[in-house]
Amino acid sequence: MYVIDRRLNPSGKSLPNRQRFLRRAGKVLREAVRNVSAERPIREIGEGGVVIIPARGIDEPTFHTGSDGMHTRVLPGNQEFLEGDRLARPPSNMGRGHGAGAGASDGGDAEDDFRVALSADEFLSLFLEDLELPDLERRKLSRTEAAGLRRAGYQKVGSPANLAISRTMRNALSRRMALRRPRSEDLEALQDALVLAEQRGDDEATTRLRGLMDAHDLRKRTIPYIDPIDIRYRRYEPTPRPIAQAVMFCIMDVSGSMTEHMKDMAKRFFMLLYVFLQKRYKQVEIVFIRHTDHAKEVDEQTFFHSRETGGTKVSSALEEALKIIADRYPSGDWNIYVAQASDGDNETSDNERAIALMRDGLLPLSQYYAYLEVDEPHSDMPLSTLWKAYDNLDPSPSMRRVTMRQDIYPVFRDLFARRVHEAQTA
Amino acid sequence: MSALLFDGADWSFETIQRIYDRVEHIALHDLNLDVYPNQIEVITPEQMLDAYAASGMPIYYGHWSFGKSFVQHEGHYRKGYTDLAYEIVINSSPCISYIMEGNSALMQTLVIAHAAFGHNHFFKNNRLFREGTDASGILDYLQFARGFIVQCEETYGERQVERLLDAAHALRSHGVHRSARRRRIDFKAEQARAQERHAHDERMYNELWKTLPHAAPTRVATSEDRLARLLDLPEENILYFLEKTAPRLAPWQRELLRIVRLLGQYFYPQRQTKVMNEGTATYVHYKIMQTLHEAGNITDGAFLEFLTSHTNVVCQPAFDDRRFSSINPYALGFAMMRDLERVCVKPTAEDWEWFPQLAGCHDPINALKEIWAEYRDESFIAQYLSPRVMREWRMFQLVDDPSEAHLLVEAIHDERGYRRVRRALAREYDLSYSDPQIEVVAVDLEGDRHLNLQHRVREGRLLASREASEVLALLADLWGYPVVLREVDEHGNGLREHLCEPRIA
Repeated sequence: MYVIDRRLNPSGKSLPNRQRFLRRAGKVLREAVRNVSAERPIREIGEGGVVIIPARGIDEPTFHTGSDGMHTRVLPGNQEFLEGDRLARPPSNMGRGHGAGAGASDGGDAEDDFRVALSADEFLSLFLEDLELPDLERRKLSRTEAAGLRRAGYQKVGSPANLAISRTMRNALSRRMALRRPRSEDLEALQDALVLAEQRGDDEATTRLRGLMDAHDLRKRTIPYIDPIDIRYRRYEPTPRPIAQAVMFCIMDVSGSMTEHMKDMAKRFFMLLYVFLQKRYKQVEIVFIRHTDHAKEVDEQTFFHSRETGGTKVSSALEEALKIIADRYPSGDWNIYVAQASDGDNETSDNERAIALMRDGLLPLSQYYAYLEVDEPHSDMPLSTLWKAYDNLDPSPSMRRVTMRQDIYPVFRDLFARRVHEAQTA
Repeated sequence: MSALLFDGADWSFETIQRIYDRVEHIALHDLNLDVYPNQIEVITPEQMLDAYAASGMPIYYGHWSFGKSFVQHEGHYRKGYTDLAYEIVINSSPCISYIMEGNSALMQTLVIAHAAFGHNHFFKNNRLFREGTDASGILDYLQFARGFIVQCEETYGERQVERLLDAAHALRSHGVHRSARRRRIDFKAEQARAQERHAHDERMYNELWKTLPHAAPTRVATSEDRLARLLDLPEENILYFLEKTAPRLAPWQRELLRIVRLLGQYFYPQRQTKVMNEGTATYVHYKIMQTLHEAGNITDGAFLEFLTSHTNVVCQPAFDDRRFSSINPYALGFAMMRDLERVCVKPTAEDWEWFPQLAGCHDPINALKEIWAEYRDESFIAQYLSPRVMREWRMFQLVDDPSEAHLLVEAIHDERGYRRVRRALAREYDLSYSDPQIEVVAVDLEGDRHLNLQHRVREGRLLASREASEVLALLADLWGYPVVLREVDEHGNGLREHLCEPRIA
């Protein structure tokens, strides 16, 4: 008999099969994730968790009999039945057909739900799976690269700041060993031997040792500890490097006409954009700009929760955004994303100015500009003048109108889904 | 021999060795068991979950459905819906038992007795396993199967392999030979038999027979009959039929079908012997634990821990209990074997009437060993379910006829009902009765090559139609031409017909 301790064997033997399963269930899983995220509070959007998918999409069909026909079962625990008793059929399928396992319905076809626990990463990647930045290819070539330096070996000349100390010391050590420079321990030992010899009064040894010491001393003085030929500097090479940072501008109209419901939808949209960018860039900064007839950069709390009165001038916010870009986020170093939410109720006289700012400023600078027009549920308001004005731009920003919370996710998907027809016409 | 094997719940590898030696002594000398060499492996809960997903086997080929079952088990385990098993044992030589690291010393004793001796003896001795499975070759075969499938994935693409395995898995329960295979023809023996027949004819020759009127001429075999004979139809092993005759499969695809089929065949005896297998193991562990306690090898406290666990294992809720789902094979097997032991040792008048060959033989172990070796669930219950067990379990037979407004209590545990209840219960365990009986009946080789299948419907139990058509679609892909499945009743009347065209690859 052998007892074998298998506990130290690598676990996770089932992970490849689990991956296959997730791939197989891809379509239903993505749908489930979409539904779950529509219902979730914003903060939890990026967390993993259990999603429930219908077993339908991932079933393993077999030939088996359904609930039709005669069924006979032997059961334990008879209390009062006698042969020939007739019993009312229980409401469920108890006592029928196949016992353990899925409840029978639909002519015996099992229709169970299936729970899958997803990690945060799996959840997010399913969430974002079929999203693709618009025109990503073109932008990547023209915009997302900047010059950077990369370590590339050593060189013999350079600035003192780049001195490679350990490499220098290694060279020095090997040179000293090759030239047999006496080590201080050897000299000390020699010195001790000399003292002993002198105490013993052994003249011959004393002379020999003294000669040896002198030779060593000379050698030590002529062979330096560190020589200029030992010195090495770190070498750097310029390489193009993708810009790993993005800034996201959230622009929202906070005038009196924006209700809490509209703001909530806007918030969800901003949140989704944030999650999306975080997945793709190392560093994502957010700038919140709210506006009425004048615009102001604020923190997140104020952005969503305080209210102001006044008219509506979209151009003020666009100006503010352009100013901040010029000050802090040069477009050569940052990928710029702008998301604007408004009820579209702009002062008509301002539209022209807004359009000019968009056409000449923001649109060329930003990677992506999304305009979200929010409205009360079941509203049949016609599209706003701002919408029409934006729509005339060429290229126009991505625009959608939403009225319900659960619309947000599909809209977000639409906005970011690879826009084939636009890419073709461009 | 009366020294305590362990004290407290902790164990080390020396403890396991000590426990094993003592349990082995009892099993081999007191119970006269005959087992494969044992290999005991200590594993973690994560590894147990992995083992679940691979049907308990240490290696298996990759397929998404195993990932699905892993996700399912893991989810249930993490939610606390189910506990993990204390052990898994596989039918191989050496017989591998996995035991969990979290078990107490007493539980390790119990699972060694249960798995390494109870199940092990059953695997080695039961006729179905002896004749139907190759315990010493299974691990090598799995190794080969996995390697082969990986190689196919590399050569032909993962999707191709997955599609084929999906189809093969759907037909897995129709890939077994239910009866023993026909032996390969031994030509020498065949010749000898022919000579013998000839000699017999000569010996029996009598002129008078010429005067007998001739029998009606035998029907001339039609081409269809000839074809059916040629293809060996009807054939209920659908996977085997496809492997051998499907016209469009590549050799690697046939090999994959064969792998799924052979593994299905390997697991088939386990499906047929749930009650017997678990009953044997439970009976053996009960005997061994009792002996250990009597000999003073375990403390009273440990024995109480055992009794608690044992009672849970053999718990059978009544039909109207919230926990009831079906008959617990551990409970039924154990109750029947304990009762047979009683019949051997202390028979009543009833036992003399029902089991004259066993009553009062005073050698329960040998009587049981013979039963363990020769029976499967269906025949075991049909033969050995005693009236006493039926009474104790208060069994009754319930018939659900959809044409009636009420359920009918057909028989109960009384003099009139014993045999009927017993027959009905035995039938529930008869796989050839409970699995739908589907056969390949004909191939239209002169027309569009469609394949004809037939489901013999018993008592109106038609196939679940949505899944049936899904399976049929997969089957049509394998066959490469249309497939027709007719459901016919006992008199051959067609009830329903499913037709499926192959999807063009």
